[in-house]
Amino acid sequence: MRRVISTATTEFRIALRNRWVAIALVLMAVFSLVLTLAGSAPTGGLGVDRLSVTVASLTSLSVYLVPLLALLMSFDAIAGEAERGTLPLLLTYPVSRGEVLVGKLIAHLAILAVAVLLGHGLAASVSISGDAAATSGLPALWRLSWSSILLGATFLGVGYALSALSRRPSGAAGLAISLWLGLVVLYDLALLAVIVADNGGWFTTEAFPFALLANPADAFRLYNLSASGAATTAAGIGGAANAIPAWQSLFSILLWPLAALMLAGAAFRKVTP
Amino acid sequence: MTSTLTITHLTKRFQGVEALTDVSLSVAPGERVALLGHNGAGKSTMMKVILGLIPATSGDVTVCDAAPGSPAARRQVAYLPENAAFHPALTGEEQVRHYLRLRGEDARQALPLLARVGLHDAARRRIGTYSKGMRQRVGLAQALIGHPRLLVLDEPTSGLDPVSRREFYALLDELAAEGASILLSSHALTEVEARTDRILVLSKGRLAASGTLVDLRREADLPVVLHVTARNGYASDIAEALPGAIRVGAALHLTCPQSDKLAVLGRITGLGDKVADLEVLPPSLEDIYSHFSRGTV
Repeated sequence: MRRVISTATTEFRIALRNRWVAIALVLMAVFSLVLTLAGSAPTGGLGVDRLSVTVASLTSLSVYLVPLLALLMSFDAIAGEAERGTLPLLLTYPVSRGEVLVGKLIAHLAILAVAVLLGHGLAASVSISGDAAATSGLPALWRLSWSSILLGATFLGVGYALSALSRRPSGAAGLAISLWLGLVVLYDLALLAVIVADNGGWFTTEAFPFALLANPADAFRLYNLSASGAATTAAGIGGAANAIPAWQSLFSILLWPLAALMLAGAAFRKVTP
Repeated sequence: MTSTLTITHLTKRFQGVEALTDVSLSVAPGERVALLGHNGAGKSTMMKVILGLIPATSGDVTVCDAAPGSPAARRQVAYLPENAAFHPALTGEEQVRHYLRLRGEDARQALPLLARVGLHDAARRRIGTYSKGMRQRVGLAQALIGHPRLLVLDEPTSGLDPVSRREFYALLDELAAEGASILLSSHALTEVEARTDRILVLSKGRLAASGTLVDLRREADLPVVLHVTARNGYASDIAEALPGAIRVGAALHLTCPQSDKLAVLGRITGLGDKVADLEVLPPSLEDIYSHFSRGTV
């Protein structure tokens, strides 16, 4: 345990000096504030409180930003050590590869969690100060916060796996960005394209819900939109939220971090320094 | 007391290419062993096998009565990689504190350890600002953590100036006196300065020689070179008396086997006044090393 904590402390210090902490905090704070202020206009017509609308916007923000931040922090984790030449020495120490990974995960996840909580805290304060009824949106916001952190853990784990597989930071960075683009942006577009071509056939009725649950980013979006009742204010894939039970998307967002970390562990074990 | 390190018939193959072939050796507690060889001779590969970073293809390796890379072995073995590298954003002290905690030691030892390798003043500066020699010292400091029974040092003196190199060997003497075994690698025999108990020469993955410097010198049996300087005008007389000598102006260069050395010296002194000066050059450390590492045995 002491080794894990020491690894986490050291990684946190490195992230602090590399400005990753500052970048994550500023990005989450600025985007959350902008969305809260910009999203306050249409509330009157929809008959929901100000914070619930903001939660729908923040969900979309988290789907893009949290995976991106997680991948940016994690792609260097193993490939960077390998390239700097610090990995062989580390692996001769009485510390297991699992402990190294968990230590890094704790540090990076702590940074993400602080950034998410800061952003959401700002959103809540601004909303509640402008609309006292906005406190009814707090449970939805809290759900969004912890599920964002789980989403971050998933992408951190996947980032470590990519880092271990590519062994060079440049390669790992390329893979990380491709993965982000694929899962967060192109996946939904591809699904929509298939649905249009399918025209209400087998794919739309049978395979589509599983395709959504299989992607951690989509499962995250579904869970937050279906649980918050804010789905009415969301468009696109979010419209599918009502068709899939919340427990299924919850299962997906709980399972993904574990699967990603196991994947990272398996990839790291294969690295020969 | 048993050996700290025992290797029997170790072979390591990378995709069909043999990096190490049938290497056997052992290192006793308190023994300082130098591993010599060219780039690509298999030194680093052998060290990585000993550390458990890569598996052996065949053969047995026992490190501190445990399998290489096992938790028990890792607790007792320290490593200094070639070109020791650390995260540039950390200070020397932070890095060593982290390594101390990974070994379950008190992190407050960091400053005394850094002081021991002469880095006390730079301990709170980031490693990114260090010179190569300073990084090497951080590497040495981390290798001293927790009284290891075996130190595996990959080209530890590269990047060190001659004074630092002396200090480094003095430190090794202290460790060996406390019973630690030391296996260090180097490109050249001159680098280890005969400050080790035993020398192993690896050539193309095979153990070409093993023994003390005296043993190696005797085994190599390299010729002795004699430089004879003639007094004015006598150079031709001397050349006649010493068949096989090569004339270079007023001097004559002569080589002879070790066993003939005294006889040849006798003949030269017999020339009396005709000889102005005589120099005897025994085979240098470089010559002995080249002899073994070229695989001429």
